[in-house]
Amino acid sequence: MDIFLQQILNGLVLGSIYALIALGYTMVYGVLGIINFAHGEVLMLGALIALTCIQVLQYFFPDLPVLITILVVLVVSISSCAVISFYIEKLAYRPLRFAPRLAPLISAIGMSILLQTIAMMIWGRTPLRFPQLLPNQAILIPYSTATITTKEIIIIVVSLVVMITLLVLVKKTKFGRAIRATSENPQVAGLMGVNTNRVISYTFMLGGGLAALAGFMIASNYGSAHFYMGFTPGLKAFTAAVLGGIGNIPGAMLGGLLLGLIESLGSGYISELTGGVFGSNYQDIFAFIVLIVVLIFRPSGLLGEKQGDRA
Amino acid sequence: MALLEITGVNKRFGGLQALNDAHLIVPKGLIVGLIGPNGAGKTSFFNVMTGLYPADSGVFKLNSQIYNPSAVDEVLKAGIARTFQNIRLFKEMTVLENVMVGRHVRTSAGIFSTIFKTSSQIIEEKQIVDDAMRLLAYVGIENEAHQVSKNLSYGSQRRLEIARALATEPLLLALDEPAAGMNQTEKKELQLLLQKICDDGTTILMIEHDVRLVMGICSEITVLDEGRVIAQGSPETVRKDPAVIEAYLGLAHHG
Amino acid sequence: MIQFSQDKKMAQWLFLALLLCITPWLCLFAGGNYWVRVLDFALLYIFLALGLNIVVGFAGLLDLGYIAFYAVGAYCAGLMASPHLLNSFAHLKELFPLGIHTSYWLILPIAALVAGIFGVLLGTPTLKLRGDYLAIVTLGFGEIIRIFLNNLDRPINLTNGPKGINGIDAVNMFGLYFGKKLNIGGFSIPSVILNYYLFLILVIGVVIICARLQHSRIGRAWVAIREDEIAAKAMGLNTRNLKLLAFAIGASFGGISFSLSESIVVLAMVVLGGMGHIPGVILGSLLLAVFPEFLRAVLVPLQTMLFGHVVVDAEIIRQFLYGCALILIIRYRPNGLWPQMRAS
Repeated sequence: MDIFLQQILNGLVLGSIYALIALGYTMVYGVLGIINFAHGEVLMLGALIALTCIQVLQYFFPDLPVLITILVVLVVSISSCAVISFYIEKLAYRPLRFAPRLAPLISAIGMSILLQTIAMMIWGRTPLRFPQLLPNQAILIPYSTATITTKEIIIIVVSLVVMITLLVLVKKTKFGRAIRATSENPQVAGLMGVNTNRVISYTFMLGGGLAALAGFMIASNYGSAHFYMGFTPGLKAFTAAVLGGIGNIPGAMLGGLLLGLIESLGSGYISELTGGVFGSNYQDIFAFIVLIVVLIFRPSGLLGEKQGDRA
Repeated sequence: MALLEITGVNKRFGGLQALNDAHLIVPKGLIVGLIGPNGAGKTSFFNVMTGLYPADSGVFKLNSQIYNPSAVDEVLKAGIARTFQNIRLFKEMTVLENVMVGRHVRTSAGIFSTIFKTSSQIIEEKQIVDDAMRLLAYVGIENEAHQVSKNLSYGSQRRLEIARALATEPLLLALDEPAAGMNQTEKKELQLLLQKICDDGTTILMIEHDVRLVMGICSEITVLDEGRVIAQGSPETVRKDPAVIEAYLGLAHHG
Repeated sequence: MIQFSQDKKMAQWLFLALLLCITPWLCLFAGGNYWVRVLDFALLYIFLALGLNIVVGFAGLLDLGYIAFYAVGAYCAGLMASPHLLNSFAHLKELFPLGIHTSYWLILPIAALVAGIFGVLLGTPTLKLRGDYLAIVTLGFGEIIRIFLNNLDRPINLTNGPKGINGIDAVNMFGLYFGKKLNIGGFSIPSVILNYYLFLILVIGVVIICARLQHSRIGRAWVAIREDEIAAKAMGLNTRNLKLLAFAIGASFGGISFSLSESIVVLAMVVLGGMGHIPGVILGSLLLAVFPEFLRAVLVPLQTMLFGHVVVDAEIIRQFLYGCALILIIRYRPNGLWPQMRAS
């Protein structure tokens, strides 16, 4: 029972992070109809930019209260990633708006490599230590041996707040309506006076900002950051978005949380289930299996509708 | 003798009943027309019949054999070849190559005979080229055999699509608005071509909007409106049918 | 007159053949073993790229897990021609006291077969997916295979985990041992050059096979699927089986070649060169395999001169260029540097 509870808690942490990243994928897919392959790299840049920012702040202002440091770092990293995402769309996707489907994907792959190599050039190839800024006290859950750290609680809470804010934004504001209109039908939205290009840019920027936040969380959680750190979370978050129904915003949140739980419970119990044949080093496999299963049996995801071809 | 016999087709798209107990009989050796005002369900019927999407219900028989229109390639194998309203050619392939693809189902060279270039593969390949050229000549575009198909004139593209469909040696040739976008001369030429195809043994079913063309070339016509069959019979019968006139509001002018 | 142009063509082919034969020697004298090895790798890449070309270029299926197949092939070779299997399973040692040294005549087809089977396994569930989904799923599959290969040292040690299989025999065919120098009459041929000829023969074989496929019923079917899958189905093509075939063949090719590089590198070669067009793909492979080496030869001393040390590793620059290549080419020359000209 305790293992179960522990894994649930771990799953929620993982899931919150996945949800944040998945939102970026799903919103971009909603307005553009393509998978932003380079999204994971934005996450990575967010983490590394945050790292440098922390180092700079700690060097020049060693007595700065932790909260201020965190806020400044987040502002810098989120806004940088928003700008980076803006340019990714402008350079890699916009010129190919009317090209055959394969083209933006190949361009995205190229962009992904480009960003990785730029990161390698700036920050080198070895993983860098990410300072622990968030308070990291372990709290024991009453009536069990499961623990959760304050850091993890913060991650979950912040994610939740961000997600709720986003939902409100999408459902209640003019901008949110513009996004939804562009997702449904870009031509008609344009005829109704929506500046679709601008909506698309803003969507990218929003996704980028969320990725930066997620990057900060991942780096804080694992204590390190390096140029390749975006690949696997990116792929898994994409799985989460598909699981929830790609293009569907609440779906991305649901998919993220669900995937986090599946992965956590799976890796927690896998050695028991397989009699020690497969251990938790196979953790990453769960996401990919989920991806394949979903795409084969229910490609529209949990909350999505049957999608026609977007050609 | 009915070549194609379809009964009881229903199809619902969300709140819209696109096809409501629609049925169709195509006698062998004739040219049959399927007409109706916009939104009547003609293309839906076609798509359901040729496997593009599944019907909610219906019985489909070709040559007295029930066929299951669940998969598009199965429909072709049963004996129905179709063209598309908005012309779906293999754009980057040449005219000749397009028709050669049509020969795919009637030929058999597999991966091993291709890799090892067996004599049977070489012979078959030559046969495919010959057959394709013959078909191009049959529809009248053999001079453009090595042009990239997307560069063809509109009329030639339509002929190419027909040639490609014929290459599969179908029992029934199903044409989705073959005269769309054609001028009068082209329509006359199309009429001659279709007549030739029918005389040479291929039954034809066509959806068309140009009622005069349909009246001129089809021996039998089925009229759809709002997903239902509202009339069926020879051109004269259909022309005078009050339900048809009402559905079209102005059919009389096109007599 | 016809005879003359036929002779001319013959002469051109002979010249090309001669050129291909002397090239490694020229490289050896000009730059040493290192550059011949670069050529060897270039050939291997060409081989791989041509294999991927069947899947991506002919059939239009973006398979990003491609490299997993050749990892599978590599491990097959590893298991069949190294001491690893014997080290893991003691009782096998009694059966094969001299060690397992399968001839490469056997290894290559088996590796191709196993990789081909994986190709079918991968292809079967993914075939109905659209382009971008297919890309991600194949990437995911590739990752799964990678994770398994990296972790299968328990409960039974099949792959030796992250340490990999070492001590794989060098290629052994025709009674020739490609790992060592070959001595013919007082003249010795270094092993890098032996490998060159071996790979050259493989590449030529692949080119012939690809050319035959391209101008065949199956090749046309693949292009038809790539152009318009619905129309292809409407013409009776069994698109599922045809796609599977493309996957399987592509995978078999991947399985045959055995050294390590990344899927994306190979994809860049196909895209750069000209999707579907065989000479284009060869050009792309050559460029992407050899050019970075030139770059390395130039940039390392250049940086040392300017900055006193190497600021940016040549490897990073190489990947940077791959990324740029993909983005720029797909934008400005989407059909590649040397695309297919279809009409006459």
